[in-house]
Parts: sequence; structure tokens; C-alpha cells
Amino acid sequence: METLEKPALTQEEQFQARIDADVRIEPKDWMPDAYRKTLIRQISQHAHSELVGMLPEGNWITRAPSLKRKSILLSKVQDEAGHGLYLYSAAETLGASRDQMLADLHSGKAKYSSIFNYPTLSWADMGCVGWLVDGAAILNQVPLCRTSYGPYARAMVRVCKEESFHQRQGFEVMQTLCEGAPAQKEMAQEALNRWWWPTLMMFGPKDSESPNTEQSMKWRIKRFTNDELRQKFVDMMVPQAEFLGLTVPDPALKWNEERKAYDFGEVNWEEFWQVVKGNGLCNADRLQARVQAHEEGAWVREAANAHAAKRKAREGVGA
Amino acid sequence: MNQSEWPLWEVFIRSKQGLDHKHVGSLHAADATMAIQNARDVYTRRLEGVSIWVVESTHIHASNPDDAEAFFDPAADKVYRHPTFYDVPDSIKHM
Ligand SMILES: [Fe+2]
Ligand SMILES: [Fe+2]
Repeated sequence: METLEKPALTQEEQFQARIDADVRIEPKDWMPDAYRKTLIRQISQHAHSELVGMLPEGNWITRAPSLKRKSILLSKVQDEAGHGLYLYSAAETLGASRDQMLADLHSGKAKYSSIFNYPTLSWADMGCVGWLVDGAAILNQVPLCRTSYGPYARAMVRVCKEESFHQRQGFEVMQTLCEGAPAQKEMAQEALNRWWWPTLMMFGPKDSESPNTEQSMKWRIKRFTNDELRQKFVDMMVPQAEFLGLTVPDPALKWNEERKAYDFGEVNWEEFWQVVKGNGLCNADRLQARVQAHEEGAWVREAANAHAAKRKAREGVGA
Repeated sequence: MNQSEWPLWEVFIRSKQGLDHKHVGSLHAADATMAIQNARDVYTRRLEGVSIWVVESTHIHASNPDDAEAFFDPAADKVYRHPTFYDVPDSIKHM
């Protein structure tokens, strides 16, 4: 006789079934440990990147060429701080502690995007950071608005709403330089030469060397692979560089009619791994600036705590 | 060094007069005044709100997702609570 009863689904299978049905996972829902760990790592790395990402641009706030550019840059940098905060709070819903995440960043244990370990040498770099780096960030972030973990997806919706101004102001800086004197245009070209390849590295290692991608796609944390996003980026940016009259520094770059996409050269992966390992041009500087800001703010945090405790005691609410 | 972490607050924002406050996220602050100021800077840089509520996260009590099915189940079989359950003759207007 045949039994009609199916074996009950394990917790893990039920979880996967919800993911497959595109049901969002919320903080108190059951989730596999590895899913939680992967998310904490990814979200906190993302938060760290927003935070450290303020430094290369902060470098130019006092030297922006006009009050308008200065106000814009200041707003953009403030947005990046906000993005960091949205993301840290999303990671906290998974049980991560804010202090621990910051401690891991400051000790060098946690990673952040390698792009921010490159220096911003001229004003044109502000253009390239907005246009290319924020452009790449948008490609990474838009699919994350549909990522399977609810608080992460909601944080990304807020982030994405703010990013498009970042990219446009960067493009405008580039356009202004390219329409200016020959020396300004040259400055723009030099900045593109510096930033093009590091930006391509932002999408992470090649798919064949990204062992976590498959699981992340299965959990719908990631929706596209690194190589897919890199290709999209190149296809999107080349016409924009052409519009600006700039040359993309890649002799292998060529339109492939068959694929309806650009073929492009190989990223210098040796350089990528060196920067990830901490040996980039600015790794030490960035970390030092972060730690210094944190330590110099310690008295403010303590004073605010003391003030709050005193007030609570006075109101008779305190224990 | 870590015991100084400011408490966590949940932030709710009314985007315009006439609408409910809606949960937007959380942040750390030493007290309610600072939580409201921080919420202004973190969550309303583009006029996203006209009013802010903050509640210390430890004060939020939530239903248990593991019981969600049984907990919300009683409403599942009461289709007659919806107007579409009733057939209204075509000639009857304004109902
Ligand atoms: Fe950002
Ligand atoms: Fe940005």
C-alpha cells in the first residue's frame, strides 16, 4: 500500500521554499546560520564602504572650486554617512553589534570596498568618483533592492533613491571639465585613466574565483554575478565616455556585434588582491583617519551618556 | 571600551500631514532628544517627513513569527467580513 504522506520539509527546506517564492525574510524569522553570517558580513562590509567612502571625497570639500560644488560635495558625503547608518542598522537586526562592527573595521579585520584605497589627486577625481564609482555602486545596489532579507532590501531602496544625484553631479563635473580649457580636459582624461580599472574591480573577483556567489544567488541575496554586472557597467559607461570625448584606457575595448556588448581587457587581478590584502596606496591612511575620528569622538559619546544618565536620574525614571 | 554603546531607537516618520507615522529604520542615541535630532539628519535629508517618533527598541513588543499561522488564522475563513462576499442586485445603486 502506498502512503500519501510526504516526508515533512526540514526547516532549511521550508526556508528555501520561501526564498524561491520570493517571500522576504524578516529579522525574527528562522534562518540558517550561514545565511545570517553571510548577510552580516556583506551588509557590514557594505556599511564600512559607505563610511570609508567619505574620506577620498572629504579630501576635496575645503578645496572645491566653487560654493555650489562645495555644497553639492558636502551633501553627497553626508548622504554616504547616512547610507552607512542605514546599513549598520540593517545588520543589527541580524544580531550584530554596532560597536563590534566598528571595532572590526578599525582593527583591519573587516573589509570594505577596495576602491576607496585609491587617492583622489585632482578635482577631476571628484568627477570620476561620482560618475564611475557611484555609477558602479548603483549597478550593484539596484538589484539589492530586491534582495531576500527585508531590512537590507528596504535600506537599499532608500540608498538607491539618493545615489542617482551622486552619479549625475559627478558626470556634470566631468562634462564641465571636458568643455573647458585643454588643460581641464586633460585633467579629466588623466582622472579617467586612474579610475577606470579600479572601478571595474569594484564588482569583485571573476565568477570563476568567487566561490560564495552560487550560494548567495540561491538565497537570492545576490541577483547577478560579478562578471554580469561588470559587463553591464562597461556597456553603460563606454558611450558616456564617448559623449565626453574621453578615451577609455583599455586598448582591448571593442564592440562585439554578435554579443551586442563590449569586449574588454583583463583586470589586473594581482593589483586587486594586493589592495584587498591591505597593500593599496591608501589603506593605511584610510584606516588611520577612521580610527582617529572614532577616538577623538570618544569624549562626546561618554559625555552624552553621562548627560542622559543624569537627566534620567533627575526625572526619577532611572534605576 | 564597548560598554558605552548608546541605546538603539526605532524611528517612525509621518511623511505628510494626514498620513500615519511609518517605521523607517533605527539609530543609536544617548537619549530621546538626540534620537530625534539624529533621525532628522539620517532619515529626512530630503524633506521626507513633517513629524518624527522615536521609541527605544527594547520597548517594542512583537508577535512571534513562528506562531504567525495560528495567530492570524482565525481571520482566514471569514470571507463574509468583506463586501465582495455579498451579491447586490444590479438595479440597486449606491451600495
Ligand atoms: Fe552610498
Ligand atoms: Fe553615493
